[in-house]
Amino acid sequence: MKPPAFQYLRPNTVSEALDMLAAAGEDAKILAGGQSLVPMLNFRLLKPSALIDINRIGELDFISESETGLRIGALTRHRVTQTSPLIAKHFPVLTAAMDHVAHLAIRNRGTIGGSLSHADPAAELPLLMTLLDAKIRLASRNGSRELSPAEFFQGSLMTALEEGEILTEVELPYLPANTRWGFEEFAQRSGDFAIVAAAVTATLSGEKCDACRIAVIGGEMPIRVPEAEDALAGIVPTAEHIKTAATIASEAAEWNEDLHASRDFRKQLVQTLVARALTAALSPSRPVH
Amino acid sequence: MLLSDFLRETLRMTGTHVGCEHGVCGACTIIADGHSIRSCLMFAVQADGLSLQTVEGLGKVSDLHPLQESFREHHALQCGFCTPGMLMTGVDFLDKHPNATDEEIREGLSGNICRCTGYEHIVAAVRSAAARKRETIR
Repeated sequence: MKPPAFQYLRPNTVSEALDMLAAAGEDAKILAGGQSLVPMLNFRLLKPSALIDINRIGELDFISESETGLRIGALTRHRVTQTSPLIAKHFPVLTAAMDHVAHLAIRNRGTIGGSLSHADPAAELPLLMTLLDAKIRLASRNGSRELSPAEFFQGSLMTALEEGEILTEVELPYLPANTRWGFEEFAQRSGDFAIVAAAVTATLSGEKCDACRIAVIGGEMPIRVPEAEDALAGIVPTAEHIKTAATIASEAAEWNEDLHASRDFRKQLVQTLVARALTAALSPSRPVH
Repeated sequence: MLLSDFLRETLRMTGTHVGCEHGVCGACTIIADGHSIRSCLMFAVQADGLSLQTVEGLGKVSDLHPLQESFREHHALQCGFCTPGMLMTGVDFLDKHPNATDEEIREGLSGNICRCTGYEHIVAAVRSAAARKRETIR
C-alpha cells in the first residue's frame, strides 16, 4: 500500500511541464489532484518513472467566459466547478451533476483535467462533456489541438492523449436560449461512481422540442444517442414519445456487467433514468438555464 | 512518501489515522490551506508551503474544540479509529455549510466510514455543533 519510487518534478508553467514530459519519456505521468492516480500508485498498479506535479501551475486554474463558450482550466477543482456561479448560470446541469461527484475531501482536491484524462467510464465529468459538446484542448511541445468528446474518449480508461500531451482546458459552447435540462444518477451510495447516469438537454419553442441531447454512462465510455434525440426533435413530446426515446437509448450500447449490476439491470436503469431526465427537462416548472 | 506517513512516522504525530490508504475510508482526512483532504492521496513533498491542520491542532483535552465537545456529549465515538477523520471533515463541512440540514450532514460525512456504525450519534454531534456555532455567531 505504498507507492513505488519515482522522480518528482514540479513545473510552474505549462511550457515547463511540456518540456519535462518530453524529457521524461513515455513512463512519466502527470499528477493533478491525484484522487485516482495516487490510489493506483499505492496499489502499485502503475510504476511511472516520473510524476510531473502540475498543482502549482496557476495558468491552468481558471473559469472564464469567452465569446463562444465557457472555458474551464484543467486544474479547476471539483469543489470550484460545483460552486462556480458562472457554471451555475450557463450550465446548471453541470452544477447538478457535480453534487454526485465523490465526497467533500475528494472534491476539494480532484480536478476536471484529471477526471477527463483518467476517463473512468462511470465518472460524471466525461458524461457531462459528452452532453455539452465540450471542446477538449490538449497541448504538447509540437503545438495544441482540440478534440470532441467522441474523439477524446476511446474506451474504459482510454483517451486520445498521446505521449507528451497534457489536457489544458475545455470549452463548453453556450447552450441556445430556452434550453432546459435533466440529470439522473443511480449509484450504490452517495458519492460512489455511477452504475448508470443520464444527462439531457432540450431546447424548446413553446412546448415544441426543437432539439435535444441525450448522453448516458453505463457502458465502456460515455455516449450520445442520436437516434433517441431524433425521436424527440421537432415535436411536442408526450409521455409516449419520452418512453420511445428512453427505449432507444437503452438499446444503444452493450452496457457493463459487474458485481454491482447485471447488463439487464443497467439496461433497465438506462431506460428509467433517461425517461426521468427527459421528463424533468420538458417539465414547465424547470427553470430555463 | 505519502503525507499520511510523513505525519505519523516522521513527525510522530499519530492523531491522523490511516485506514484504507487509497482514499476510500476518510480516516486520514486533514485540513490543508482551509480545505479537507485525504492525506494518503497526497505526497509529503506536495505539502511544501501549505498550512496543515491535523486533529492535534483542533483542541486539547483541557480545551476541546466545540465539535470535539459535541462528539463527547453525543457519544459520537466508540472505538475512535474514524474520529480524527470525522472531526476534520466535520470542521471543513460546517465551515462550508453552516446551515446544513440533516440530509446535507449525512452527505457531507458520506466519505468517512465508521466500522462501529455509530453514524446516528456522529450526525447528532455535527448537528448540535452547527446549532451551537450559529448561536455563538449571533
